[in-house]
Amino acid sequence: MSKTLFDKVWDTHVVRKIEGGPDVLFIDRHLIHEVTSPVAFLGLKSRGIKVLYPERTFATADHNTPTINQHLPVADPLSANQLKALESNSNEYGISHWGLGHQKNGIVHVVGPEYGITQPGATIVCGDSHTSTHGAFGAIAFGIGTSEVEMVLSTQCIMQPKPKKMRINVNGKLGLGVTPKDVALFIISQLSTSGATGYFVEYAGDVFENMTMEGRMTVCNLSIEMGARGGMIAPDETTIEYVKGREFSPKGEAWDKALAYYKTLKTDADAVFDKELTFDGSSIEPMITYGTNPGMGMGISHEIPNADQVEGGAATYAKSLGYMGFSEGDSMIGKPVDFVFVGSCTNGRIEDFRAFTSLVKGRHKADNVTAWLVPGSHIVEAQIKEEGLLDILTEAGFTLRQPGCSACLAMNDDKIPAGKYAVSTSNRNFEGRQGPGSRTMLASPLVAAAAAVTGVVTDPRTLIENVEELV
Amino acid sequence: MAYDKFNILTSTAVPLAIENVDTDQLIPARFLKATERVGFGDNLFRDWRYNPDNTPKKDFVLNNPIYSGKILVGGKNFGSGSSREHAAWAVYDYGFRCVVSSFFADIFRNNCLNIGVLPVQVSPEFAEKIFEAIAADPNTELEVNLPEQTITLLASGEKETFEISPYKKDNMLNGFDDIDYLQSIKPEIEEFALHLPL
Repeated sequence: MSKTLFDKVWDTHVVRKIEGGPDVLFIDRHLIHEVTSPVAFLGLKSRGIKVLYPERTFATADHNTPTINQHLPVADPLSANQLKALESNSNEYGISHWGLGHQKNGIVHVVGPEYGITQPGATIVCGDSHTSTHGAFGAIAFGIGTSEVEMVLSTQCIMQPKPKKMRINVNGKLGLGVTPKDVALFIISQLSTSGATGYFVEYAGDVFENMTMEGRMTVCNLSIEMGARGGMIAPDETTIEYVKGREFSPKGEAWDKALAYYKTLKTDADAVFDKELTFDGSSIEPMITYGTNPGMGMGISHEIPNADQVEGGAATYAKSLGYMGFSEGDSMIGKPVDFVFVGSCTNGRIEDFRAFTSLVKGRHKADNVTAWLVPGSHIVEAQIKEEGLLDILTEAGFTLRQPGCSACLAMNDDKIPAGKYAVSTSNRNFEGRQGPGSRTMLASPLVAAAAAVTGVVTDPRTLIENVEELV
Repeated sequence: MAYDKFNILTSTAVPLAIENVDTDQLIPARFLKATERVGFGDNLFRDWRYNPDNTPKKDFVLNNPIYSGKILVGGKNFGSGSSREHAAWAVYDYGFRCVVSSFFADIFRNNCLNIGVLPVQVSPEFAEKIFEAIAADPNTELEVNLPEQTITLLASGEKETFEISPYKKDNMLNGFDDIDYLQSIKPEIEEFALHLPL
């Protein structure tokens, strides 16, 4: 029978099917962080059970960590306690732990791929909804709750009903200044924040085939924002080139065996999806969100739609625009900006900083803007310095912080103050997401750069003089 | 850990007729710093419930004494966003045992089932009926009958059936969880692990 990429990876990992129930799914790689793991370890302790395969779990601290002065003790006692719990639990159960100050520390979904923990055709879970990021490699990767973290620690399995399958095709040449983030925000704006709930998505078409691995990670990362459990892209030469030789990638004979498996990972020509959608990539323009969920996005040159043009109730829509301080019919261009945040598991990789830098080069940060540039890992941080980007950024009035999740969810001190507007390269514009009362406009690193140097929402295409310079 | 058994729940309900309620609203990230599962109910809907000075917001439904009960009725696409199980813990710790909506986000639904909170998905029409009935009479009682898989507006007798997998239903009725099951098949898992492609 013909199978989709998703079927192939899923079926390979089903230990047992339960009549009238979920599948028991084997998990190859398990990533944990300090926030969603402590109660799972408590569960293990209260049951008196061990971690079955500690070598399949990797711990990194990221959600809570400060992004300045990481060499100093963490000031917030609650955060410090969580970081300590991750360390002691990892040590007790023999799990690799990349805590604050460790050279490999960074955002879990950035360091996983960097070190080759992420592999094509693997099943990967983490107590974090943006685990979908790893689908960029043709892995089945999705976020789980803490009860499920405990399941994976104790048995390396979780119990999941098999989701439905959706394919999203995007073909055509992307326009000037249109990045993978814009492609993803465009798709989400078309499907709404719940349009893919119950589905696992495969992205196909030449737009994704032509993307770098980092671009694919940005797209798959945002799958959850339209409700999908995850999204994946079939591995190709670009994928294999990226994976080969990384620290935890298979080596020698194991690599040859893995490679043979990777080559099987594509959807059969006549495989059927429960739902299939096709979009024209050339029609996408740089995107920005105007509301309080990621589905409320639009082309940056458009106007905020009227309630009767959008799905859902008028009361919820009015609440959302009221929170943002925007009105139906408003243009986003020229809206005030107080903060710019570049970072997160969505856009905290080197290509994101290259894009941002390409546009601020030779310009200067607007006086009214506070900019937080937060690399996703120490590798990204080092690249920013080695490639000379930091010199350009410094010249333009920007400083660089240290790796972590930072203002994406504002668990540490990086909080956007109440009522202030942020253009953010992260993934969620929910009420209070970036700090109580904060107002978030999600966008690409280029849109963030345009806002940072002009002090208002600006179409980056109006600032691009030399197309060749853009990454 | 095993949780409370769920059989038939008869209760008044708290109506929250807002769509796309995300888990950042259910429990904001700054309250995720605990290392134990205690006290999350105090911060359920924290920023919708309280002003920055910690005084209650009078217009929010949880602060309105005429509404109470063990059932929370939410708008469409309830529980979207972050996978934090803390959102389900907060719902449970506040005192809810059942959440009703016309549509749930996947991870939140799973998390609820894993801790013994029953997610009941109803048709948009029935959800509307529930909201209308509670608006007309805040003492409206609902009966959620897990063995029969029905939800009933007791005053009018109007009812609808809801879906739950036989496996999860059995777990909820008996207070079993998935770890009990997985532990019982560990030898099979270990054998399976010997034959993986990676």
